[in-house]
Amino acid sequence: MSTLHTVNKSPFATDALLSCLNHCSDGDAVLMIEDGVYGALANSRISKAVQARAGSVTLLILGPDAQARGLNSDKCLSDVGRVDYDGFVDLVTQHDRTQAWL
Amino acid sequence: MSVTKKFLYVNRKAPYGTIYALESLEVVLIGAAFEQDVSLAFLDDGVFQLTKGQDTKGIGVKNFSPTFRALGDYEVTKLYIEQESLDERGLTKDDLQEIVYEDEDDDWAEKPSIRVVNRAEMAAIMADQDVVLSF
Amino acid sequence: MAYQVNGSTVEHDEEGYITNLDEWSKELADTIAESENIEMNEEHWEVVNFLRDYYEEYQIAPAVRVLIKSIKKSMGPEKGNNKYMYELFPYGPAKQACKIAGLPKPTGCV
Repeated sequence: MSTLHTVNKSPFATDALLSCLNHCSDGDAVLMIEDGVYGALANSRISKAVQARAGSVTLLILGPDAQARGLNSDKCLSDVGRVDYDGFVDLVTQHDRTQAWL
Repeated sequence: MSVTKKFLYVNRKAPYGTIYALESLEVVLIGAAFEQDVSLAFLDDGVFQLTKGQDTKGIGVKNFSPTFRALGDYEVTKLYIEQESLDERGLTKDDLQEIVYEDEDDDWAEKPSIRVVNRAEMAAIMADQDVVLSF
Repeated sequence: MAYQVNGSTVEHDEEGYITNLDEWSKELADTIAESENIEMNEEHWEVVNFLRDYYEEYQIAPAVRVLIKSIKKSMGPEKGNNKYMYELFPYGPAKQACKIAGLPKPTGCV
């Protein structure tokens, strides 16, 4: 039993990503979409909090949203993977429930 | 009647700055007709929805805080409040309105609907649901 | 669209629910009831007053099953049942009685 969490707001504007990281369970996946992709930035003030969950939670960004914002791999934490839209759909089907952090 | 599912409504926004809180409450009331196993979670700014002493006369919007006290009539009797979210905002349980339900199976005995839980317990509650609806 | 009561006009929506809840009066209730083919007696008033008290306390008009359950609790099972309530308000105790009580359409009536 696991959950796919989605976060669509910048972590520098709201606490949604931090709250999500504080409430997700081991084995869950956290997918950052829309402005949420800024959560993948390396060297930001929240990078450490994101990295801290890398061992127990699958961290992902939605590639097209990251690309649109110029977030290339070299700007992002190496712990964060990328999926495309098909990958997003696969994630939804692979988890028991989806929880959106608005 | 089909199989009962566990529904959790997650409330993370303060009551009047956005429409989320009111929308959530309306969906809960409408959804109650489907007789599922419903719980409400209040964390982050969502805990502000339940504070005492709200008075919206001056801002021209409806004060819906009394409506939480009707949830028991709709058989919604589990309101989970996160302790850490209260702490971060300098609030205690005493700052929240009292919400009770009457247990029809126990001679209408009044029982508290509000259950304060810690963050780990909240995470476990979220992980235990069939459906999570976020507001 | 409006009701006419004692020479004054009270606006209502396309379903007959009044727009401004503050404009309700007992005379208006009689007028709305008449347009619903209901002649108000004490038993009707008991339900209408109950609904107004419920709205005052909780700021919502209860769904029909909630109304009947609450009536059952406060007035007993001989009144808190579908048969009694639908005899008083044939087109739905919550919808029709709320309209007469000057309240919004019930929340949670699916």
